[in-house]
Amino acid sequence: MTTSPDGEPESRDIVAAGPESPRSEVTVAALLVGAAVSAIAFIGVYSVEKFSTQHELMGLTLAASFAFVAAALILLGERVLPSEEVAEDYPEVAAPQEEEEVAKVMEESAAGITRKRLLVGAGGTAGGAIGLAALTPALSLGPWFEVAPLYRTPWRAGRRLVDDEGKPYKAEEIEQETFYTAFPEGSSHRNLGASIVVVRVDPAALMLPPERAGWAPEGILAFSKICPHAACAVALYRKPTYGPTQPGPALVCPCHYSTFDPGKGGEVLFGPAGRPLPQLPLTVDAAGEMRAGGNFSDAIGPSWWGIDMEQPH
Amino acid sequence: MIRQTVHFLDSRTGAVPFMRKSLRYIFPDHWSFLLGEIALYAFIVLVGTGVYLTLFFEPSFAETTYTGSYKPMQGLTMSEAYRSALDLSFDVTSGLLMRQAHHWASNIFVAAIVLHLLRVFFTGGFRKPRELTWALGLMMLFASLLEGYLGYSMIDDLLSGIGLAIGYGVVLSVPVVGADLALGLWGGPFPGDAAWESRMYVAHVFLLPILIGILMAAHLALVASRHHAQFKSAKRATERKLVGMPAYPAQVPRSIGLLFATAALIFLLGGLVQINPIWQWGPFEVAQGTNGAQPDWYLGWLIGSLRLVPGFDVTIADYNLIPNPFWGGALFPIIVMAVLGAWPWLERRFGGDSHSHNILDRPRDVPVRTAFGVAFFTWVALIFIAGSADRATVFFGLDYEAQVIFFRVAVIVIPLVAFFTTRRICRELKRSEEIGFDQERAEEEAEEEEEAQEAEREKEAAPA
Ligand code: FES
Repeated sequence: MTTSPDGEPESRDIVAAGPESPRSEVTVAALLVGAAVSAIAFIGVYSVEKFSTQHELMGLTLAASFAFVAAALILLGERVLPSEEVAEDYPEVAAPQEEEEVAKVMEESAAGITRKRLLVGAGGTAGGAIGLAALTPALSLGPWFEVAPLYRTPWRAGRRLVDDEGKPYKAEEIEQETFYTAFPEGSSHRNLGASIVVVRVDPAALMLPPERAGWAPEGILAFSKICPHAACAVALYRKPTYGPTQPGPALVCPCHYSTFDPGKGGEVLFGPAGRPLPQLPLTVDAAGEMRAGGNFSDAIGPSWWGIDMEQPH
Repeated sequence: MIRQTVHFLDSRTGAVPFMRKSLRYIFPDHWSFLLGEIALYAFIVLVGTGVYLTLFFEPSFAETTYTGSYKPMQGLTMSEAYRSALDLSFDVTSGLLMRQAHHWASNIFVAAIVLHLLRVFFTGGFRKPRELTWALGLMMLFASLLEGYLGYSMIDDLLSGIGLAIGYGVVLSVPVVGADLALGLWGGPFPGDAAWESRMYVAHVFLLPILIGILMAAHLALVASRHHAQFKSAKRATERKLVGMPAYPAQVPRSIGLLFATAALIFLLGGLVQINPIWQWGPFEVAQGTNGAQPDWYLGWLIGSLRLVPGFDVTIADYNLIPNPFWGGALFPIIVMAVLGAWPWLERRFGGDSHSHNILDRPRDVPVRTAFGVAFFTWVALIFIAGSADRATVFFGLDYEAQVIFFRVAVIVIPLVAFFTTRRICRELKRSEEIGFDQERAEEEAEEEEEAQEAEREKEAAPA
């Protein structure tokens, strides 16, 4: 700041003179009026009784009101208020003196301590223990270290297959080239192990592993509907359209397109799934109704570290 | 009047010296500096619309029967969460506008952050003394991705459920602690117990917004403390001298104007352009899937990575150790985050430049960084595009499996090509410029010399 000869600070302008533009001032005012009108229009649209384009009009009027304010402010900045270019030094990157002083305060404060190691050790122990104690209540969040529920499925030998509404499936209703979602009778649909897909393929085309002989009466197969990749529902069925050159039927997960071959016991044909779709053994009872012949061939749902993949419960 | 108010404030708070400085804080002028501001303003709209939504949304898995005014769903059993989200859309006047504006704002928020990140990366804005600002920004980006994911996940429609199933699969796949982590978070096996919904809710409307707010405040405080970096566009701008417009009166009206412009765009989209039509998905059921529901774009890179990884698990006999979703769903984003987070330090260590910088680079001036950046972001972008391969199958009939195989190769080859091409282009650009510079400088020097001679002559000619 400059000083006049008698030592008094000379008062001078801080802000450089701006552009003089009475026309722009009027425009800014007009834009602000536009904003007010749009805002009132919004209130009007809101207040009338429900009609089909109401929310579009609300969006439009509110957006218009904001847009008017935006235009007004930007014009105000560009044409009415001064916008001079100014320069200034960057702040110093560091303050060496204060740095030194802080370090000294730290050092000197602790200078009289003789058993530094002991204190630091004890402090660390206390901090660690309190930290652990503070984390312990988090154990109540869920059944930690208790993975048994992850294996659980409601399927047991003899359990009937029912549809969405609880109506039992009959073997004769299962047609080729389409797929059915079934649940165990009387069980919650929310359980990951509950839902299965049921398909019928030509029994002659079956290539099941030998230990699964008899799992697919009449060529009817059932698999867990939950993708072993990341728990999506395997909701697509690719069926061959034109004869032998086309790929065979496959169950496809719409999330990352893991593709499973029902005829080969759910083997992965393509996609990121690292293990086959678990298969459920089926039987047909005397009444022609579908029943489970036991539990799944493998653990259902996505895998985790240490999962025993062969173990459904 | 002004003087009285200022004096009142000063004598009661002592804040006026700080205010004096803030009023004349200098903003260097460049359009790309506005990207971060747009993110900030989108966040403000997010908080505003979000608060409104919480007044109507009921975060509960409790079952109910829909009786609202959307005919196709009347009589359907669904959760209170989904029911209240439907009511918000059909029976609360301006509810749909607010919900769609909120969703659009989240998209604009993340997009602005990503563009801002690219700007800072390619201009070297992360260099000393701004490494921490960069780190805070990255954390904000990742917190925002999680925030957005939880936002559409807690509605409990089919899209939510599919997204959560995948999230569950990814958490479960984390080595060693995966199962415990997933069981702890969900309170039991997927789809989780009743508490899971309120956990998502409290994270979405409280924990993460607060976290993002704190990160944002710290980010801005650091920007202000070190001042903005600047381009060497103004003649006077140097490493030590900042040139630009003062906060007040030049910057404030423009910036608040930008706030209103951002809000205008968000509400325009929210009013006119449908986004996440939740009534089309239906309530979530574990046994249901669809390939029609798409998550928000900013999660596309994770879908892509989950789809591209070849199908294998790391197993020992019948035991699984590392299930497949870990690679694409967890390791990939961690790598991206780690590379970006470590970059300022890597560059300092291997680029051998530990000085402070206030002048931003032009991308061509730092060929290796620029080439690396182009390669790296191309890699991420390709994986992102691979995530929409199924759309390409639906719309253009391209064979899905062939596309995946193509992308598996492309994500390795194309970034390499991008690296060498970019480096070459940068060097060429610089060389041709240097030739231009040399010419200019030579011309300038010649001119100066001429002027000097002329002045000399005039002096001599002037009568003593
Ligand atoms: S969840 Fe089925 S492929 Fe990923």
